[in-house]
Amino acid sequence: MREQTGTAHEMIRFENVSKSYPGSQGGLHEVSFHLEPGEMAFLTGHSGAGKSTLLKLVGLLERPNRGQIRVNGHNLGRIGRRQLPLFRRQVGMIFQDHRLLADRTVFDNVALPLVVAGQSRAEIRRRVQAALDKVGLLKKAKALPVTLSGGEQQRVGIARAVVSRPPVVLADEPTGNLDPELSLEIMELFRQFNQVGVTLLIATHDLGLVERLPTRTLTLREGRLVGDRRP
Amino acid sequence: MNRRRRAARLQDRFQLRAWLMRHLQVFFSSLGRLWQRPLGNFMSVLVIAIAMALPAGLHLVVDNLERLSDHWEGAAGATLFLQQGLDDAKVETLLQRLRREPQVGELKHLTPGQALAEFRRHSGMADAISLLEENPLPHVVLIRPADPGIPAERFRALVERLRDHPEVERAIADLQWVERFQGMVHLLQRGTTILAALLSLAVLLVIGNTIRLEIQNRRQEIEIVKLVGGSHAFIRRPFLYEGFWYGLLGAALALLLLSLSLFLLHGPVSRLARLYGSDFTLESPGPAVVLAIFLTGSLLGILGAWIAVHQQLQEIEPT
Repeated sequence: MREQTGTAHEMIRFENVSKSYPGSQGGLHEVSFHLEPGEMAFLTGHSGAGKSTLLKLVGLLERPNRGQIRVNGHNLGRIGRRQLPLFRRQVGMIFQDHRLLADRTVFDNVALPLVVAGQSRAEIRRRVQAALDKVGLLKKAKALPVTLSGGEQQRVGIARAVVSRPPVVLADEPTGNLDPELSLEIMELFRQFNQVGVTLLIATHDLGLVERLPTRTLTLREGRLVGDRRP
Repeated sequence: MNRRRRAARLQDRFQLRAWLMRHLQVFFSSLGRLWQRPLGNFMSVLVIAIAMALPAGLHLVVDNLERLSDHWEGAAGATLFLQQGLDDAKVETLLQRLRREPQVGELKHLTPGQALAEFRRHSGMADAISLLEENPLPHVVLIRPADPGIPAERFRALVERLRDHPEVERAIADLQWVERFQGMVHLLQRGTTILAALLSLAVLLVIGNTIRLEIQNRRQEIEIVKLVGGSHAFIRRPFLYEGFWYGLLGAALALLLLSLSLFLLHGPVSRLARLYGSDFTLESPGPAVVLAIFLTGSLLGILGAWIAVHQQLQEIEPT
């Protein structure tokens, strides 16, 4: 995939982006912002404010009705069906419902992005172990996801999102079902990824958590960007 | 420069090996997946096998029938009616000339007297015949080809040539039986082709449908693989191999069914043949047929899976 010049200093850029869903409320209206490489930001707002929609637009799970989105130098409007897989490998995604494969071990789940990218066995082994070590699940490599707690499953999802070292990681309510202590642990993990240069955009409605961490916070209300607080 | 090229070649070789390894891995893992639902998958394979065994079996029957018609000893013959009122010397020279023909085998001469006697015996019109003032029948020569396996066309040409003798009034090639038989064989051949085409379509649909269900069952997995950047080729691969396995296993089972049928038919067929004084036996499918069945099976499998995958994979997108 060709790198496009002129936006090398921006990892994510939204320009007047609108997205509406026929017959329902929600969506986004004229949203503009940008994130620099290595930046970390929270995305907050009530449910239905458009947090998930925004993340889906970044990961090309949805396409906007209007406006332009650039991610890691790519104009997303120019990415067709064929280039989509290559683009997705540059964006790690974490979901509230984990989206793990129930019939595969933790190791195989985390290995998936490397397997689809055609990495060698040795490389897969090395990187998966490193990722599992990072999230503290090295000992559970052979377990099936159902045997893990919610927090552990979430960490498997995180390991999978970062195992191929994508420049951008998106997280949609990663602490949604977790108690405050576990939530803080997860956030600490994100901070560590951020420190090695990963750009992170984390959607959460857990305002308590957001307040406690000195991090840039984008606030959505009814599809509009109404706040951009920097620490 | 040279070193860089060598490095590039090494890289290519490495990538080729990785590519082969990936295919090999999917090759076996897709077979393993079939094992996970043995009963349901066995039923699908059985349906495929029956659909393949039917035309293959019919083909075998037609093949054997053709062989039978090739060796239909003594079925072909010709009758030469000579000119009326030919004197015995001329008849004798003709007979000698006919005996010298290399393609003419057995030869039987009936004088008008013999012919009339035979006619009287067989026709049941003895009274009417005795009213005739003179014998209306000519000399008749019955001939058989020297080579009993002679093709119909060559035999017909021979008879044409014999008709050119001035002593011969009419020459009739008695090929009707052989030709009818061959006509029937041709009809069966055409029918087999049509049946094979229809049942191939059925195999295609069965495999396509099986793969379609499999895709539905693994919808969530496909979504997740797409989410982490799996290409279409990557997602398609295991399903194509699965189709291949269905086709291949179906072909193997079809051959098994075929061999079993042949085994069961062997006894009655040779008993029937013996009643006709023949040592005819059913011939098993040759290596070419076996190869064709395996090839057809696996190709239909891949094609059926490809159609199913092509239809379905684009709709499945992560949300």
